[in-house]
Amino acid sequence: MTDATRIDILPGELMAKALKMKTDGYRIIQICATRVPGGYELVYSFGMEYEMVNLCFSVGDAQEVISISGIYSPAFLYENEIRDLFGVNIQMINMDYKGNLYRLAQKAPFSNK
Amino acid sequence: MSTRSIVPFGPQHPVLPEPIHLDLVLEDEKVVEAIPSIGFVHRGLEKLVEKKDFNEYVYVAERICGICSFMHGMAYCEAVEHIMGVEVPERAKFLRTIGCEMSRIHSHLLWLGLLADAFGFESLFMDSWRMREKILDMFEEATGGRVIFSVNKIGGQRKDMDNDMIKSFVEILDGMEAHLRELAKTFLGDYAVKSRLEGVGILTKQQAHDLGTGGPFMRASGIALDTRKRGYAAYPHLEFEPITSDIGDSYARTDVRIREIFQSIDLIRQAAALIPAGDFAVPVKGFPQGEYYMRVEQPRGEALYYVKANGTKYLDRMRVRTPTFANLPGLVEVLKGCQLADVPILILTIDPCISCTER
Repeated sequence: MTDATRIDILPGELMAKALKMKTDGYRIIQICATRVPGGYELVYSFGMEYEMVNLCFSVGDAQEVISISGIYSPAFLYENEIRDLFGVNIQMINMDYKGNLYRLAQKAPFSNK
Repeated sequence: MSTRSIVPFGPQHPVLPEPIHLDLVLEDEKVVEAIPSIGFVHRGLEKLVEKKDFNEYVYVAERICGICSFMHGMAYCEAVEHIMGVEVPERAKFLRTIGCEMSRIHSHLLWLGLLADAFGFESLFMDSWRMREKILDMFEEATGGRVIFSVNKIGGQRKDMDNDMIKSFVEILDGMEAHLRELAKTFLGDYAVKSRLEGVGILTKQQAHDLGTGGPFMRASGIALDTRKRGYAAYPHLEFEPITSDIGDSYARTDVRIREIFQSIDLIRQAAALIPAGDFAVPVKGFPQGEYYMRVEQPRGEALYYVKANGTKYLDRMRVRTPTFANLPGLVEVLKGCQLADVPILILTIDPCISCTER
């Protein structure tokens, strides 16, 4: 990956790292999920001026991920999207659509199943 | 004591060309909270990347949006080109830049027309869209299409624009510029227009930053960020600065977009003067392997393309973070405290593209 700084973290470090990004003045750019064997890779992108930093980690199929929407409020949209499309188990989203952000004919259509 | 009620807004509404829904929590006529709801027409285009050859997918990427289709196709191509280490000819980079700026002019004029229509200024609406037609005619002459162009490909462009055509486009834009100045006078100076826009839906610089907004919506709040300055296509050869305003209201968003139209005309002029002769595409062999984040400045803000390739003709993942998706939290913020009658105008001032959002 070029043109963005990649920082690999553990799932349990997410909240502390996100809080650090926030206090350092980074804005949220996006959250992206990608299927990997046995689970998903989550990438949280933050920006300052034109710089982009990606916090990356992998989670298992049913592993719980805590929402960062309490730190970055716009994260609620990305997190609801990832849960709807991939079925990633994201908990404590501050505006939780309970799987109804998208009207889908199939549950978690982008998931491993 | 005020009465609290919930008013549903959309997904079908005269001011909305595409479906989005908001639950507006009102205290009398004042909005105290807005809860957005999308996903009425989600198409799952990102998933299609697993079934389409990475070259074919350019056509799918273009269909994410009917307004900035050129930029979607180009951003996808540039992401794959970065992964494959393809160096696109300089002429193709300039052709892409001209296409991007034509798209921006056409998108902003379309938006100005919709805004004028929303506050009932029909002649202004018609004037804006009459001008937009000229851009669509130019696209048709250059590419054969008015909405979907199919000129971007991995390795360059499918079609060239000869120098006479580029010269004639610059002449058309020269004529448009004078007409646009008249239009801008009305948009920015008319009492009725100002009364609907000034002081309405203020987003502070800090809010614009914290809510992750982008594009003219963000720049109208004083943040001077424009992804074109990062230097893709031929932008490193062109001189420009991000257009901003410090006011942050609906009027500022209109002002920024109008000034961006003039800026786009200037960028096309610069590109026309600098475009080199030569090839406009290079052959591309092999399959991509790796990943890349491509960031481009679309008319509504920064779009982010993530492409992950596995060395076969099918990609593992293609994700698009569209500008409207990023601007929704900002919209929710500016709706708080506004009057119910201002809601349609405020939704328009983020220039929502639901087609992009429902990729």
